[in-house]
Amino acid sequence: MTAVFLGIPTAPRGVGHLRGDLSFPDAARDSLRDGQLRANLGHATATIRGKRAAVVGEVPDWAELREAGRAIKAATMARLDEHLIALEEQVTARGGTVHWASDATEANEIVTRLVQATGTDEVVKVKSMATQEIGLNEALEAAGIAAHETDLAELIVQLGEDTPSHILVPAIHKNRAEIREIFLRTMPGVDPGLTDDPRKLAMAARAHLRERFLRARVAISGANFAVAETGTLAVVESEGNGRMCLTLPQTLITVMGIEKVVPTWRDLEVFLQLLPRSSTGERMNPYTSLWAGVTPGDGPQEFHLVLVDNGRTAVLADEVGREALHCIRCSACLNVCPVYERAGGHAYGSVYPGPIGAVLSPQLTGIEDNASLPYASSLCGACYDVCPVAIDIPSILVHLRAEHVEAQQHAGPEALAFRALSKAMSNPRLWRLAQKAAGLGRFLAWGRPTLPAALPPPASRWTRTRDLPTPPKETFTQAWAREHGG
Amino acid sequence: MSARDEILGRIRTALGPDRAAPAEVRRDYRLTDDRSPDELLDVLTDRLEDYRATVVRCAPSEVAATVGSALRTALGEHSPADVVVAPGVPADRRPDGAVEDDGRPAVALAGYAATVTGVAVAIAETGTLVLDGSPLSGRRALSLLPDCLVCVVEAAQVVGSVPEGLARLDPLAPLTMISGPSATSDIELQRVEGVHGPRTLVVVLVA
Ligand code: SF4
Repeated sequence: MTAVFLGIPTAPRGVGHLRGDLSFPDAARDSLRDGQLRANLGHATATIRGKRAAVVGEVPDWAELREAGRAIKAATMARLDEHLIALEEQVTARGGTVHWASDATEANEIVTRLVQATGTDEVVKVKSMATQEIGLNEALEAAGIAAHETDLAELIVQLGEDTPSHILVPAIHKNRAEIREIFLRTMPGVDPGLTDDPRKLAMAARAHLRERFLRARVAISGANFAVAETGTLAVVESEGNGRMCLTLPQTLITVMGIEKVVPTWRDLEVFLQLLPRSSTGERMNPYTSLWAGVTPGDGPQEFHLVLVDNGRTAVLADEVGREALHCIRCSACLNVCPVYERAGGHAYGSVYPGPIGAVLSPQLTGIEDNASLPYASSLCGACYDVCPVAIDIPSILVHLRAEHVEAQQHAGPEALAFRALSKAMSNPRLWRLAQKAAGLGRFLAWGRPTLPAALPPPASRWTRTRDLPTPPKETFTQAWAREHGG
Repeated sequence: MSARDEILGRIRTALGPDRAAPAEVRRDYRLTDDRSPDELLDVLTDRLEDYRATVVRCAPSEVAATVGSALRTALGEHSPADVVVAPGVPADRRPDGAVEDDGRPAVALAGYAATVTGVAVAIAETGTLVLDGSPLSGRRALSLLPDCLVCVVEAAQVVGSVPEGLARLDPLAPLTMISGPSATSDIELQRVEGVHGPRTLVVVLVA
């Protein structure tokens, strides 16, 4: 059953960051030319891969935890409505207010209204995928509200007027010299003698943000988990900027995708083991904050939870694709993906890059708006192997490709070519003729191992993203006939 | 129609009319850790030191003195009034001259150099201390704003695994799980301890 058929809307156009300006192959071609980006990414992904493998390897019951994580998520989705209602009840009972937003536009309106009601014109923010997805910062800015990112990497990205390239380390495409330059240029009152030592840079960020934290009246966060039976929210982080935002301001607004709910408190004993080890490759991340509603005398005295759909129910409608909603955003699949490692996060166009982005973004927006993403994979299966909740990303990719092909009214050049190929391969005489014709390709290659990328259309549609090897002098059957007398 | 009804309606449409009961979740991962209490203390120490926290062990009668000397090591010469303690820390465990958190505005806590608190539970396998907002742990801002945090952990509060740790906690309390000093690896993946939270974490293990 598909969402289109059932009339469930996908994430609307014109708001948020789920669609790129370029298709994946075009965007990837740009980033492939950026040697610095590829070197940074290669180093980062290899380092995190190694750390993850070491800390996952020391857990004897990893397979059982992973299976429990998968089963909890599947059971949650099967009763998503009931768990959300329970969550709303519990949060409300503990002094919080729950808001529902059917898409990005509504979510942005709700948050803007809540901030305006406090009378402030600036907020501090904890890194959150959901708020990036809905384009909250831009919406707040349009309403005259400054949103300060407080995660170090997000701060670097925001001050550099850039976009994130990795879920976990969003500024991984910037090196220390570039970061120093951004800080010198954009931080008021920064020491002009600032060096590019990462410790010095981190301390500059600490000084820059501390005063903001102390004066902030409103904070906006995402959530990693929300427990339906108790109303407990969880934010997992490293730097302490999350704790600052969740603790100091008077008002806290948490924006969360509806799929982040988990049924029971005990479920956290699974995810708090799976997430840190898969994500940063640590046994546990430095800080995890858990809170239920409002606690008198401790932390924000006003708490709002905004539950966002924005295409998630459309994903839920697809029995194969819905597994993408199980994602706990650890980014392990990015770090093992050979395509991501080379193309980088920006090429995916959406806030969700890498293998999970390739299956999630096209489903959230509808396949027609991210049609190239399901092809941004070699189907090697590494993403499935590392996924802590065992999402079968390769199968969803194949499923989406099929859906995309079906959705196309007219057969493209690729489909025509394969149709011709299948005809030729089922007829020996045609096949031999085709093989002779392939030998012509050797003239085009001029002795190089691959054919030039500039083949005329429609062949260029294929060769612009693939190196086509120069055909050999003779085919295997021709060689066999020559040597053995066929 | 309200957005709430709209979303709940979409979920029901997406899941279809005949929903099978979800398969039961098998919890056949490790729920307990059978290592001896002594071994667990060693594991906890090892994990915390791996996060570059300082761990000191002492007898119950030596807590105040041990905390005091840990503070001198971390802060150098300092005024006793630079140290703030959670209200539930017993008098005989406080360093001399320390100030009790009296509920002043949270931002005022930023003026202190160090904090001393107890914990609700400690998880050995992951090197995690959990503070629960009780008088012994203090409110959340207390363990966040001063640059040095000293946590006093009783041997009986140490459990082996994450499931055992969570089972001892109240899901409705404001909880902070702390595993080492705050840290970032955002710049070229180089680990830097101490961004916004305390840059120094000292754990006093009472055993
Ligand atoms: S799909 Fe799996 S591996 Fe990838 S980010 Fe999500 S949870 Fe992690």
